[in-house]
Amino acid sequence: MGMSGARMVLECLKREGVDTIFGLPGGAVLPIYDALYDFEGLRHILVRQEAAAGHAAEGYARTTGKVGVCLVTSGPAATNLVTALQDALMDSIPIVAFTGQVPTHLIGNDAFQEADNVGITRPCTKHNFLVKDGRDLGPIIREAFHIASTGRPGPVHVDLPKDVLVKEAELVWPEKVHMRSYNPTYEGHPGQIKRAAKLLLRARRPVVYAGGGVIASDASEELRALIELTQIPVTQTLMGLGAFPMEDPLSLDMLGMHGSYYANMAVHHSDVLLAVGARFDDRVTGRVDAFAPNAEIIHIDIDPSSISKNIKVDVPIVGDCRRVLKALVAAVREELRGDVASLAREARKQWAAQIAEWKRKCPLGFEWDDEVIKPQHVIQEISTLTHGEAMIVTGVGQHQMWAAQYYRFKHPRRWCTSGGLGTMGYGLPTAMGVAAAWPDRLVVNIDGDGSFQMNSQELATCFENNLAVKTVILNNRGHGMVRQWQDIIYKGRFCAIDFGPSPDFVKLADAYGCTGIRATRPSEVVPALEKAFATPGPVLVDVWVDKWEFVFPMVPAGGANTEMILEKPGRAAKDKAAKAQTGF
Amino acid sequence: MQNGGGPRKHTIGVHVENKFGVLSRVAGLFSARGYNIESLSVGETLDPTVSRMTLVVRGDEFVIEQVTKQLHKLVDVIKVTDLTDESHVERELVLIRVNAEPQNRAEVLRVADIFRAKVVDVTPVSYVLEATGDEGKLEALLELLRPLGVQELVRTGKVAIARGPKTRVKRAEVPRRARGPEDPTVVGFAD
Ligand SMILES: Cc1cc2nc3c(=O)[nH]c(=O)nc-3n(C[C@H](O)[C@H](O)[C@H](O)COP(=O)(O)OP(=O)(O)OC[C@H]3O[C@@H](n4cnc5c(N)ncnc54)[C@H](O)[C@@H]3O)c2cc1C
Ligand SMILES: Cc1ncc(C[n+]2csc(CCOP(=O)(O)OP(=O)(O)O)c2C)c(N)n1
Ligand SMILES: [Mg+2]
Repeated sequence: MGMSGARMVLECLKREGVDTIFGLPGGAVLPIYDALYDFEGLRHILVRQEAAAGHAAEGYARTTGKVGVCLVTSGPAATNLVTALQDALMDSIPIVAFTGQVPTHLIGNDAFQEADNVGITRPCTKHNFLVKDGRDLGPIIREAFHIASTGRPGPVHVDLPKDVLVKEAELVWPEKVHMRSYNPTYEGHPGQIKRAAKLLLRARRPVVYAGGGVIASDASEELRALIELTQIPVTQTLMGLGAFPMEDPLSLDMLGMHGSYYANMAVHHSDVLLAVGARFDDRVTGRVDAFAPNAEIIHIDIDPSSISKNIKVDVPIVGDCRRVLKALVAAVREELRGDVASLAREARKQWAAQIAEWKRKCPLGFEWDDEVIKPQHVIQEISTLTHGEAMIVTGVGQHQMWAAQYYRFKHPRRWCTSGGLGTMGYGLPTAMGVAAAWPDRLVVNIDGDGSFQMNSQELATCFENNLAVKTVILNNRGHGMVRQWQDIIYKGRFCAIDFGPSPDFVKLADAYGCTGIRATRPSEVVPALEKAFATPGPVLVDVWVDKWEFVFPMVPAGGANTEMILEKPGRAAKDKAAKAQTGF
Repeated sequence: MQNGGGPRKHTIGVHVENKFGVLSRVAGLFSARGYNIESLSVGETLDPTVSRMTLVVRGDEFVIEQVTKQLHKLVDVIKVTDLTDESHVERELVLIRVNAEPQNRAEVLRVADIFRAKVVDVTPVSYVLEATGDEGKLEALLELLRPLGVQELVRTGKVAIARGPKTRVKRAEVPRRARGPEDPTVVGFAD
């Protein structure tokens, strides 16, 4: 017996193990919403703007390891979704996005709410499909989930013409997905792994640089095993945070543009650098010819195109982080039997001492003030109050960097941030997706006053669905990150950064049915946070912070990572930064 | 990427799923990543579900490495082969409408004859010539025709095929099974 394409879509989702979808209806997908009316086993969360559906799916996916799903209609809904698709592409987040489309016979006719959906999403998805026949629905949805979640994860878009949804057809459900054109490599090359093991053990100044791939492949345990065995210090990218516990003495915290002094110094002076699931992004490398100039580089990545893209790699290992790290641990054990490590033992002691010296010389820090709230202090308190166990989501800007620097991450999959695209407005909707997946965990959205206002309408979704996101706005009355660049790089010619009056965020929260709290003095920070975390349901805390506080260290874009600006620069240092800046 | 061999032309063969949108995926890749594509031709293979493209791309070693990796990363791409340094045969077809005034008709025919070009259309004042060959031959032909007055020129873009093995081996057009990761730098195989 056949069923409507619409019902088939829901049936397929259920078979794929989906329990939650984020969406917003409209003409072209009404058949699906009609089927949803009495369909059991799928929870639909109605967002207020389609980009939010995409981000919510990202939050769901990143924290659960499952594929996130969103569903929106044709035309303007599909174009609204584009930002989230590109975001997921840049950060390798597995989501499957469904859009409605005008009936097949009208495609290309400038029909009502028509857009060339697959044409528009082609460059911002890992892959996309236009379904032209109901019999293809099963196989295509199966392939979509397979592609999204395997290899280098990413967003997949499925465009559904209305007639395909209405017509009845036989459900075709292949038990296994076989694609001759798509077969990611999971196992690393044994010879290369052995070479890597030898290099690591002979290294005098080794560093591990761990990225988002460690999270995507759930390889934290394997990473920890390797570090325990080799005692090599570890730095993490923005996307990798949580891959390695920051409380471990071998943690160097984040590297890169706003990375720690000691991470950047250690990487720069390393003689062997092991990159795991990281892609040598320009925010990490700074000027490429000055990045780890004396290091032999080992790179583990599942995507061959990540390897030797920006930096020439000496030992490329194509494969899944988890499996390769496991094999690497075994290879290192094997090598240790021959006691090759003794060669480097003395040098390694000196290296550890050198790193300790860098940590002592320039730890992360800020100046306390009795009157004005320092944003870093707020993050420190969130970290302490939640014992590094909360699910943390951010917007984009200074507050995001402070969250990365001052929250003490312990676990993988508890951190969502827009790294590659830097999407302001990512915070609240993503946190919503996290809260939907983890109703019993504390979800904190550390947001900027600018970023928050790009998707603040989602407070309504949070309230309606009791998604208990605790949003903490580091309110610096404007685009702080831009203020910082204009001050340091553009000679203080401030332009278009200050918000005249922002809305009263406490009242705004109230208007949406959420709880609003304000803190304007340092002594109010902890009580406000405690109250927020103890109050059920969605809460917003509006924390008025010092708008002249900047994020340090800072490597001006295009500068070398050793040329960090460590504190508010004087004239001469600003001129130098302006000159060093060759990138963006 | 830094340094590496200087830019030169590469001829790349790409087997793709013969599916809706695959051409725009490949073309889109080139525009999105700023690679220079000099020519592209596509056609069905023996297996109607597979198309074969021939791409001519200019770039240094690192650009070409990224081009092949990125091509291979496209989900619909089955196999990528850089033919440049392998033994292969390449051909292109051109149609050239050339002036054929009484005073140079004979000269045009002579040139055409030398290059084994065919006259496929004739008017009192023009010939359309059809010629195939590799790049060198076609350039040489054009060189000689230009002074006689080339009115219009259409080229198919290059097609290229690897030469057969010296001994007889049976080989499927598209390998089904892994070349495997024994060579970690191989990126050209999907399975
Ligand atoms: C304002 C701002 C400032 C920033 N400053 C910094 C900064 O100071 N420092 C910093 O680090 N970042 C910073 N970023 C983020 C930066 O732009 C990049 O997003 C980030 O550095 C990329 O992290 P990654 O290298 O871990 O790669 P990801 O984007 O997480 O990519 C993951 C890599 O792992 C691979 N991979 C995926 N799955 C697997 C698997 N199963 N097995 C093996 N490999 C896999 C992928 O192919 C890819 O190469 C900043 C962003 C913003 C918005
Ligand atoms: C959608 C989008 N538009 C513009 C930018 C450029 N941008 C980066 S950070 C920033 C300021 C962010 O302000 P806010 O959210 O208040 O964070 P703050 O830096 O003040 O902590 C801007 C405008 C961006 N990243 N994303
Ligand atoms: Mg701000």
